[in-house]
Amino acid sequence: MEFFFEVLIGGLLAGVMYALVAIGFVLIYKASGVFNFAQGAMVLFSALTFVSLLERGVPFWLAFAISLAAMVLLAVAVEQVVLRPLVNRPPITLFMATLGLSYVIEGFAQALWGAQVHGLELGISDEPLELGGMLLSQFDIFAAVTAALLVLALSLLFNKTRIGLSLRAVADDPLAALAVGIHLQRVWVLVWAVAGFVGLVAGLLWGARLGVQFSLSLVVLKALPVLIIGGFTSISGAIVGGLIIGASEKLAEVYLGPVIGGGIENWFPYVLALLFLLVRPAGLFGERAIERV
Amino acid sequence: MLKRSLLSGLALAISLSAAFTAQADNEQYFPLQSYRVGPYAAGGSGFFGGFIDYLKYVNANGGVNGVKLTWSECETEYVVEKGVECYERLKKGHNGAPAAATNPLSVGIAYATLERSTADKLPLITINHGRTDSTDGSVFPYAFPLQLNPYSEVSAIINYIGQQAGGLDQLKGKKIVTLYHGSPYGKETNEVLQTLADKYGFKLTLLEVAHPGNEQQSQWLNIRREKPDWVILRGWGVMNPVALKTAQKVGFPADHIIGNIWSNSEDDAAPAGAAAKGYIAITTHPSGTGFPVLQGIQQQVVAKGNGDLADPKRFGTVYYNLGVVNGILNVEAVRIAQEKFGKQPLTGEQVRWGFEHLKLDDARLKALGALGLVQPLQLSCSDHEGGGAVRFQQWDGSQWKLISDWVQADRALLRPIIEASSHQYAKEKGITPRDCSQDS
Repeated sequence: MEFFFEVLIGGLLAGVMYALVAIGFVLIYKASGVFNFAQGAMVLFSALTFVSLLERGVPFWLAFAISLAAMVLLAVAVEQVVLRPLVNRPPITLFMATLGLSYVIEGFAQALWGAQVHGLELGISDEPLELGGMLLSQFDIFAAVTAALLVLALSLLFNKTRIGLSLRAVADDPLAALAVGIHLQRVWVLVWAVAGFVGLVAGLLWGARLGVQFSLSLVVLKALPVLIIGGFTSISGAIVGGLIIGASEKLAEVYLGPVIGGGIENWFPYVLALLFLLVRPAGLFGERAIERV
Repeated sequence: MLKRSLLSGLALAISLSAAFTAQADNEQYFPLQSYRVGPYAAGGSGFFGGFIDYLKYVNANGGVNGVKLTWSECETEYVVEKGVECYERLKKGHNGAPAAATNPLSVGIAYATLERSTADKLPLITINHGRTDSTDGSVFPYAFPLQLNPYSEVSAIINYIGQQAGGLDQLKGKKIVTLYHGSPYGKETNEVLQTLADKYGFKLTLLEVAHPGNEQQSQWLNIRREKPDWVILRGWGVMNPVALKTAQKVGFPADHIIGNIWSNSEDDAAPAGAAAKGYIAITTHPSGTGFPVLQGIQQQVVAKGNGDLADPKRFGTVYYNLGVVNGILNVEAVRIAQEKFGKQPLTGEQVRWGFEHLKLDDARLKALGALGLVQPLQLSCSDHEGGGAVRFQQWDGSQWKLISDWVQADRALLRPIIEASSHQYAKEKGITPRDCSQDS
């Protein structure tokens, strides 16, 4: 039983890491209805910028600030070059544009900073902590606390500030938001910049675990089932979806893997997501679309 | 005026064309299916950097008996379809210079171009990887898993573990876990590991990690529960540092993890930070810059600003040195083939003969400045691997240190398994194996 709980808790903590990436998707989808496939590339670009600056002797917080500034610049560029010309186009067009954007960002990041793998130490020990006979990762606990703080900060931003009100208004009805004087382009830049910030935090935590390298952009594959389960428009949903995916994939790998061949962590979350889709197409916390037909 | 300009232009074009043709008349071409972007760019840029720098070094010293080496790159991103497209584009040579061999550094691309290579009579070089049964040259005349095929790799690791235990007979009752990449490459050795487990009496547990390997919590919790004596890591790319970090999380000691040939670079250990200290991996070629051949490349290529690496700090790293070793083996095959076919550019078929008669002993390696960098090896019609030995190295927190001499795989044990597989392939494809006793 002790082993079961160890797997379960490890899975929940891993799920928080998935949720961190999923939150970036939710932010952009909430504000613009765009499924941003380039979120993974943004995670890679931000972490690669940060670690490359660090290796050139730039102090930690200055490197963080410069990387954040780079993500804001990227947000401005995306709004000007991609989103603005495609305004009022069907969602699938915007999705395809972000798909192309992800390749551009990945290629640009590797051209700018090189293709080699970088180690990243955040000063958080990964020696296991023994609690009640179970070994828990200190780093995973740190990541969970960081995610909790991030969710708190984003909730305050969305619910307690004028900017948040604008974001919600644009998400709810862009035309009505425009009519009451909300600057649509500025809101898009802002939300892409915030998604860039989330990408940077996720990039640093994932980079500390994987090494900062191209594979960081593949962590989006873990975020997709999280979004299907949690819903595309809910930050809390991303967290809950992350926890469900993390725990279930680990338990499945340990207990189901030996029966059906192992290495099932890649596809098992998608099976789970598919089952959720059949029962709750909008996800646990997603907004159910009501359309006149 | 216009007419004169046109005539001058035409004359210039003809003379340039003649110059190119004349140049190509004495050039040997290497088509490079390289990858410098994408998830495996670190390995690709290091390997092809070393390979190209060695070719430049040979050219700086007069080429191969006066024949200049030339090459062009085609980016595959490690994607099989692109690798095949590159193969088709480059196989016919360049500016009249014939192609010597292909070196895709990808199991997937190698599998996809295996039959094409045979049909096109162009050697397919898969140094330290590839199909194990392509060691049998009687069935696979154009495939060369040089130095170390996957079966030899795990056999040598088991022999090393046996040495540490005090003899192979001491393996009985030991527990060994193999953590492998969920791909054809990762699964290639599972069967032979089970054969070795049955022979020596150790308990083998095989655990798969789904591609790309950025989550391994459950596998390592299983390992913790299993309490093995050793873990063999058959990883690739991001899977390796994640394995080391997760091992630390569950309290498994790094000095009881043995990485295979694609888990042995600085890019595999360094990103894991302190978790990698003590980690052991096999190698066929030590890292370092002290070998005379590397000193020569440094002086005659890199110092003159002609080095291929974007980051000069990677000079002498594991991937770079593997590229240099690959360059040495390719060029030596051309040199040996020239002795039979004349000191001129050669066809792929002629270079294949050179590979099959490749012989590098200590004296030749010393002359090449590669003694200790490349293992002595001898290929033949039936043996396209040639070496089958590895050394063991340990990560000290910042670099690899060699901790063993050459450890040989049990090739006598492996040969019947390889032949059974190659003959099965021959039967499926309707191939009549060559009679290697008639080979000259």
